[in-house]
Amino acid sequence: MTRQKRSRHRLKRAVAPYLYLSPSLVIIGLLMLLPMVTVIGYSFQNSAVLRRDPSFAGLKHYQAIFADPVFWASLWHTLYFTCMSVVFHMTIGMVFALMLNSDRINPTLRNILRVLYILPWLFTAVIIAVIWRLLLEPNGVVNSVLMQMGIIGYKVEWFSSPETALHAVTFANIWAGYPLFMVSLLAGLQGIPKDFYEAADIDGAKAYQKLIFITIPQLMPIIISISLLDFIWTMQVFPLIWITTGGGPIYSTEVLSTYTYKLAFSSYNLSQAAASAVIILLISLGLTLFYIRYQKAR
Amino acid sequence: MTFRIKPAMLKMAAAAWLLGATSAMADTTLEFTQWWEPELPAGSLRKIMDDFEAANPGIKVTLVSGPYATTRDQISVGAATGTLSDVVGLDGAWVNNLNAQGALADMNPMMDASGFDKAQVADIIKVDGKAVMFPVASFVYPVFVNLDLAAQAGVTKLPSTRAEFLEAAKKMTHADKNQYGWVLPLSLQTPSGVQNDMMSWVWASGQSMMADGKPALEGKPVVDMLTFVKSLNDAGTISPGIATKTEQEKVEEFVNDRVGMMIDSLAHVNLIRKRNPKLNFDLIPVPVVENYSGKRGLPYASWGIGISAGSKHQEEAWKLVQYLMSEKVNAKLVSLANAFPGNVNAKPDFVTSDKAFGKAFEIFKTGYLANEFTGLPVAEDLMTQFDVQAQKMLAGEQSPEQAAGNAQKGWMAKF
Repeated sequence: MTRQKRSRHRLKRAVAPYLYLSPSLVIIGLLMLLPMVTVIGYSFQNSAVLRRDPSFAGLKHYQAIFADPVFWASLWHTLYFTCMSVVFHMTIGMVFALMLNSDRINPTLRNILRVLYILPWLFTAVIIAVIWRLLLEPNGVVNSVLMQMGIIGYKVEWFSSPETALHAVTFANIWAGYPLFMVSLLAGLQGIPKDFYEAADIDGAKAYQKLIFITIPQLMPIIISISLLDFIWTMQVFPLIWITTGGGPIYSTEVLSTYTYKLAFSSYNLSQAAASAVIILLISLGLTLFYIRYQKAR
Repeated sequence: MTFRIKPAMLKMAAAAWLLGATSAMADTTLEFTQWWEPELPAGSLRKIMDDFEAANPGIKVTLVSGPYATTRDQISVGAATGTLSDVVGLDGAWVNNLNAQGALADMNPMMDASGFDKAQVADIIKVDGKAVMFPVASFVYPVFVNLDLAAQAGVTKLPSTRAEFLEAAKKMTHADKNQYGWVLPLSLQTPSGVQNDMMSWVWASGQSMMADGKPALEGKPVVDMLTFVKSLNDAGTISPGIATKTEQEKVEEFVNDRVGMMIDSLAHVNLIRKRNPKLNFDLIPVPVVENYSGKRGLPYASWGIGISAGSKHQEEAWKLVQYLMSEKVNAKLVSLANAFPGNVNAKPDFVTSDKAFGKAFEIFKTGYLANEFTGLPVAEDLMTQFDVQAQKMLAGEQSPEQAAGNAQKGWMAKF
């Protein structure tokens, strides 16, 4: 009887953590795993969603995607868009964070700059897209200013020309995303002990040496974490590109998200769209694993 | 006392429940999914449904309304899962896919059984011989001309041929003043510019982009149209930013005196007047090829209606469709929507009270409705493919013949 009681008690103790976790597990299962598994399932079916009795398609849809030159173009555009965005987010974020952390700037001006610099973060993607469409349209303010300054001699169609469209959407995304870096790095800067800089001053270090040997190494964990997260998020950007260019002109701004959207809602090829979504998932998963490993290593 | 009242009350409640239940059982509730309600004056579609319910005791209608894009997705999913509403609002571009899914009922037997007069409807959209959709309201696309810009440019006679249009567009263009003759929206986000602003030139001259039910984009009509559009572009008469311009921006440019001419939906007349009450404009049919004197095809978009193949209340659903297609009700509905009627006998009130609409109605009556994308498989995808080829042509990467040839290849893969 005592042994029975003991074993029941042990069982209760073993089960208890799972019972506590069960609400979260159910929610994760329903909201994350189930849709993911469903989409993966669709990618192996013919006429998924559109037919009640879809047949098994094997890897057909993946083969079709890999054989499509537009997919490879969109993959390249995604990488360009993402890498340029992350690099410039980091650079601009760092410059502005250093500026806002500097004692050499008047506190009032610093507060004003703080508000101004964070503004892009307050706008939704749709607003940002509309703002930049208006600014960069052929008769817009940017062309007007550049022409007045003699930098360009004709009205550049920033979003409508295949030569400039990808750079223009990347620029808009850089503008929209640097405040995340700025805020994170500013918090990091404020956490660096002043002693380091005082010791460097005593050693006669110059400003750039302090930046390279103290500031950047101290901020490195933040830089890597935020860069990885920004890489994952930027890779999935959809509304900004969709509203500004729709993936055009021709296919010059087609990225994986717009490519997948068109497969699903323009071609109604939901199976192939699911296969494309799975490819994006795998790329994101790889980056996420890298991020988790980095966090664990810390 | 208490014990006496209680059984009496129970009996009364039971009787009331029985009565309610009986009447509820007698009622058939139809579900009607559409995107029209948000686009009509508040409460007006519900009022029409209330009138229908009063005229057809025992039938109730539940409106399921949402924006166009949401409704499209909802209907696609409903068709796949077998949960499509009894009556559905349809766009001609969707019907081929929905029919392939077996989601739409053939209305031919219903028409025959009820003695429906087929001559009274403007069009019946058929796929594989099945009557799957009636256009309830049609929004035609004439050419809007800014009369002040035309007068300033010395355009005294509004164009009726393509050559005249090109000349007028050249005269109205003053790039230094940000003023252009024509506007062409070819954004890939909404590729409907291919249908409304490009293919409309083909249909206007009584020509076709199809032959024997297959794409014929390499034929003379489409190649000539592309050559014509290219000539407008080469002459610098098209407002810049073509590849990302949307229909909304097209209207804005017209409203702000920045373009002289545009092909646009008649539904935008009130919006244009509201945005710029001083704008002096007129409507003309889409110009035709030289020496063409036949009937002009008038591009249109429509609010279509169909019945779900899986509906358990097809008889009642057909009553609702008939009601909306009847002369008086159709006239009332299209008057509210500023559209042209699906019933040829219906006459919306705005055509007599408004000069612009009156003129458009004349254009409508002398021509015929033409939209060859209606009923095609993955119509939006076809437009996107054509759009990309047209963009390449306008960017100087290929000739009109190559653009037509490449689009043909893409389209054939979808057929």
